[in-house]
Amino acid sequence: MNVKNYVRFEFKSLAENVSFARSCVAAFATQLDLTLEDIEEIKVVVSEAVSNCIIHAYENRCNEKIVVLVSIMDDRSLEIVVEDQGKGIEDIEKAIEPAFSSDSSRTGLGFTFMKSYMDEMEVFSQPGEGTTVRLKRHFRKKEQEAYA
Amino acid sequence: MEGIRPLLVEAYFSSLQGGDFAVEIDLKLIRNTLVVKISGELDLLVSEKLRREIDSKIQSQQVKNLVLNLEKVSFIDSSGLGVIIGRYKRMNAGNGRMYIVGASPAVEKILIFSGINKLVPLYRSEQDIINI
Repeated sequence: MNVKNYVRFEFKSLAENVSFARSCVAAFATQLDLTLEDIEEIKVVVSEAVSNCIIHAYENRCNEKIVVLVSIMDDRSLEIVVEDQGKGIEDIEKAIEPAFSSDSSRTGLGFTFMKSYMDEMEVFSQPGEGTTVRLKRHFRKKEQEAYA
Repeated sequence: MEGIRPLLVEAYFSSLQGGDFAVEIDLKLIRNTLVVKISGELDLLVSEKLRREIDSKIQSQQVKNLVLNLEKVSFIDSSGLGVIIGRYKRMNAGNGRMYIVGASPAVEKILIFSGINKLVPLYRSEQDIINI
């Protein structure tokens, strides 16, 4: 499968940059001729993934780096990869359970939203070696949706 | 890189139009009910500010009930949900009530997905709460 187009950007682990990351990915994804609902869901997914980096990976340290890579593939799928070099996840299965959070003041719904709004989710992480979250969603053409 | 830069600049400026740079939080105490009107995107950055402002008001005033007016909230994620749940627990602990009004379809979808609507009733407008 070929990458038709991509954009890669990196930014400081500041809460101020979460909104920018959402808007950037959403703007790039409009090449796929998506519905407004699709765009809103993508924004939520990016917001959750990036917020996880800031809150959990970097424990709110603001001088770290977050990398986002967004790709549009030949088959109209959108792939979003969010990477950090933070503390990593000890138990990935536990971390992605709904309502689980290492911080009791949090909802623990970040991964739940990502899993629900994307078709595929993979989490690669080792303690002390950062985390990579890979998310993929397939979009049918609008005329195909009408006949579904 | 030259081809990507205009896209990034456009995305950045469009995020400023409705992003946290434009967030406003208006708090009004009506008898013992705190009515909080929020405009903008309720994400990690704004949630922290919202939490501080509501809690400060609750501590300094006789607040029994809480109404969150989300008419002008264009986006919410789990950070925003966390503030709502935290305030609900606080109101509940003091036998107070909490309501959410004016959520757009996109925001309401997130609230329902998370199940918050089972704890905090959703209404169309503040007028609907007065009529309860």
